Amino acid sequence: MKLFPIRGGIHPEYRKEQASEKAIVVMPMPAALYIPLQQHIGAPAEVLVAEGDLVKKGQMVARNQGAVSASQHAPTSGRIKTVTDVTAPHPSGLPQTTIILEPDGRDEWGELPEPIPDPFTADAHTINDRVAQSGIVGMGGAAFPSAIKLNLGEQKKLDILLLNGAECEPYLTCDDRVMREYADEIIDGARIMAHALGTPRVVIGIEQNKPQAIATMTKAVSAFSNVEVIAVPVQYPMGSERHLVQAITGRETPALKLAADLGVVVHNVATARAVHHAVRFGRPLVARVVTVSGGAIREPNNVLTPIGARLADLVEFCGGFSARPESVVNGGPMMGQPLASLEAPVVKGTSGILALTVEEINDRPANACIRCGSCVTVCPCGLSPVDMAAFIRKDNLDVAAKLGVMDCFSCGSCSYVCPSHIPLVHYFNYAKGVLRELENDRRKSERIKTLAEVRTIRIEKAAEAKRAALAARKPAADAAPSGNVPSGNTGEIKAATEEKVNA
Amino acid sequence: MSGMLIAIGSLTLIGLTLGTVLGAAARYFAVKEDPLEEELKAMMPGSQCGQCGYVGCAQYAGALAKGEAPITLCAPGGKVLIEALSEKLGVVADLSGLEDKGPEHAFIVEDLCIGCTRCVRECSTDAIMGANKLMHTIIIDACHGCSKCVKVCPTDAIVMVQYPVTLRNWHWPKPVIEDMQHRRADEPQALSAE
Repeated sequence: MKLFPIRGGIHPEYRKEQASEKAIVVMPMPAALYIPLQQHIGAPAEVLVAEGDLVKKGQMVARNQGAVSASQHAPTSGRIKTVTDVTAPHPSGLPQTTIILEPDGRDEWGELPEPIPDPFTADAHTINDRVAQSGIVGMGGAAFPSAIKLNLGEQKKLDILLLNGAECEPYLTCDDRVMREYADEIIDGARIMAHALGTPRVVIGIEQNKPQAIATMTKAVSAFSNVEVIAVPVQYPMGSERHLVQAITGRETPALKLAADLGVVVHNVATARAVHHAVRFGRPLVARVVTVSGGAIREPNNVLTPIGARLADLVEFCGGFSARPESVVNGGPMMGQPLASLEAPVVKGTSGILALTVEEINDRPANACIRCGSCVTVCPCGLSPVDMAAFIRKDNLDVAAKLGVMDCFSCGSCSYVCPSHIPLVHYFNYAKGVLRELENDRRKSERIKTLAEVRTIRIEKAAEAKRAALAARKPAADAAPSGNVPSGNTGEIKAATEEKVNA
Repeated sequence: MSGMLIAIGSLTLIGLTLGTVLGAAARYFAVKEDPLEEELKAMMPGSQCGQCGYVGCAQYAGALAKGEAPITLCAPGGKVLIEALSEKLGVVADLSGLEDKGPEHAFIVEDLCIGCTRCVRECSTDAIMGANKLMHTIIIDACHGCSKCVKVCPTDAIVMVQYPVTLRNWHWPKPVIEDMQHRRADEPQALSAE
């Protein structure tokens, strides 16, 4: 099949051999599991358990609330120790509300929803509800609730379900291993998803540096005429949704649009496997494969980890550190974020934990820009990193926004090639954060303006009504003094109802 | 030859007619409002809290447009608004005396609240919930930090607090780079300018 070229990109040293030949091993249940209420994009889930509750494996411990959210389930049977603040797997090291579960060692499954007997005759809603109920989120790293993406078929006309097995980040091998070891489960999950979405075609994109995965998957799809495996060139960031769609279909996603607007929905291969488990066995997402690698890890490995295992326990399971890690990264070395602490747990979006040595991270002080233009050449989004960074450095964020800094998805290619070692992508992360904050402030002040206007109108109306009542009562002589309702009271009740409307 | 004259003549005629119409429209349908005032009004927080000393945001915007008021009066707008105004109006604001504490919201110390509803009536954005002799509370999403409620509270139960940094609003700080070469390049320029 003809492939389409993508713009820019780099060819870093992949260093996947550290873990790529290690078969997935199961991590023994640690002494405690830390299940954050928010492991996904959207609203945090609502806690359903309290201290001392006994839970079974697969039991829902926090329910999704709001339009975009995902529920959390107990990864094993045990007792809820407490619900408290625990360090999040986030560069800030800030805490978030987390359920702490003490496993009882029996690992007993609770009552699970019935398997859907024949998913290919079930309607889309049944499958979507099951996926939502099972707390499945995008397992490539972004952790967007998958059920919402599976609902896209209702709103948009879709023709391709694209399964992302590119895994373009160096070091990471978890998707590679899952494809090699569980190809049939992935393909079954993908066919179920395609049925729910109503897409006639399923395409699985895998980078050419994973020949065994390509071979296994090709063999596994041979029985299905509408599923095909496509080997895509090795080029970072091929695993980015927009770029993979472009490479395979030739359709370029415009700024501020989704690939779904072009008729393509992209899901990660591990997500497809989770859907298979949820639909065929009723099992929620309670464990995932995590690559533990990097020069400072004694025994790099691909580990099937229960959600909520502490990173320190996971590293310990992989033999601990062989050297002092200069940086511990959550995700791949290109787009992953440094971790402030190993006390944070593994969450649904954790694809890898890398402990990198000084040599691996190559931290040098920045020099002046020599205007070589390398960053412009490699930018896969067609942006001009050199200009954007210059404006951001001078706090001219509006101009940077006009140049398209919000279209940057922080792939890090520009920082990687910069001969002066300017932390370009750091500037963009900073600018995107500030611009988002300003946007939120603007939205809030707009809402407050409306609130103030509504109140003014209400007070005027109340005053008007009072005057009218007074005028009506006047002719009826000075009877009993009118029942003086404090003006605040009616106001409060109205305020309360309006608040509900606004909420 | 005559064809050319007809073309030139008719185009001139059209031009003159349309020009007259446009000119007349500009004169007779002109909007009297100061466009600057409208723009400034749009920049204001719009909560009509009156802390600037004017009746509401529109009046302050009017005074600003006429150049009668300093740009530093709006408390809810904070430093961000002052900077925006300074850019819009070309006025240099003296920010030295102004300490920017960042955005704040009101918070009711529940032990001290006696349920008098004074703050409820004072709040211009209906951000306080409560009833007589019942504890009040602030709906943080609706509070814009004007601190009017703090002033009316008889028991000092309301305090202004900063928004906490959470996972939702945290973002990367600006990178600090030890950028010696830039500085060296800058210095001779600064000297030559003098």
